[in-house]
Amino acid sequence: MTDMWTDGNSLGGPLREVFCADLTAATGRCAGCGRTGQLAEGRAFDHAAGVVLRCPGCGQPLLRMVRGPGRTWLDLRGLEYIEIASPG
Amino acid sequence: MARAAVLGRLSWLVARLADIRDETATARTLILEVPGWPGHLPGQHIDVRLTAEDGYSTQRSYSIASAPAGSRLELTIQLLDDGEVSPYLAQVLSRGDPLELRGPVGGYFVWHPADPAPVLLIGGGSGVVPLMAMVRTRIASGSQAPMRLIYSTRSRDTLLYAAELERIAAGGSGLSVDVVYTRSAPPGTGGRTGRLDGDRLAALAGPQDAGVACFVCGPTGFVESIADLLTSRGMDPRQVRTERFGPSGGN
Repeated sequence: MTDMWTDGNSLGGPLREVFCADLTAATGRCAGCGRTGQLAEGRAFDHAAGVVLRCPGCGQPLLRMVRGPGRTWLDLRGLEYIEIASPG
Repeated sequence: MARAAVLGRLSWLVARLADIRDETATARTLILEVPGWPGHLPGQHIDVRLTAEDGYSTQRSYSIASAPAGSRLELTIQLLDDGEVSPYLAQVLSRGDPLELRGPVGGYFVWHPADPAPVLLIGGGSGVVPLMAMVRTRIASGSQAPMRLIYSTRSRDTLLYAAELERIAAGGSGLSVDVVYTRSAPPGTGGRTGRLDGDRLAALAGPQDAGVACFVCGPTGFVESIADLLTSRGMDPRQVRTERFGPSGGN
């Protein structure tokens, strides 16, 4: 079942539950291979309890998100940084 | 809407189904009235939430098919045989029924009508939906950006927006439409069938334009193959924006 993935685009809605900016268009650097790209380019595996966004270059997890009743857990260890456009 | 607008947290809205347009035997367009809709850019999607009487709830993402038009929003729903949500949206939801949705979502697979760069749109199957929003927005906004749509579909029976695409193809003015039939081609189209391969793409897309913005949407395999073809023709991968819908994509 290795092809059970979609684009990082699909995380747009869930991430907007906790952030007030669109993170799918944000740029991030993979802590595994150093690749820089927009999070929408990642591969989202969403067929388990949570969602894992993997680097399209090396496959390492960039972001893990698990939602439970009334709370969200977010693991961003796989990203060295995120650059988010801000107004003004 | 500015590129870097402060958006606020996304909340659920209750839309009402205003009208329905049949597209093919297995796809229809839902025309929704969404009080409080903040507007959108072509390429963005929405999340739909269905909740059963016992509280069970499930969500799917659908691309917006329409150009921005006040509180009106159009979604084209392709019925999936094993779908959990699409049978309800494609067959059950009736005029006047409420539908819970939130959006617009996404800032990556988005075309800005103020951008004058030439645009190449390549869609496979119902992957044409967000590209159609771009085509419609180009027309509605009066943009002069050269735009070319290449749409791969099985046959005339699966062709979405057939009449509208025919009108657009005949209209000229910097907007062109080519349909590639993979299984059976209707009379008058030369009868050529087969996958959109490198030769076909080169013939349709014409000479490589350094500044072209490319949007590719479709099933995962289709998108992978087209993105590879484009980059093997020398296109910078950063010019190519992709949107795939896998088994859970709901598109």
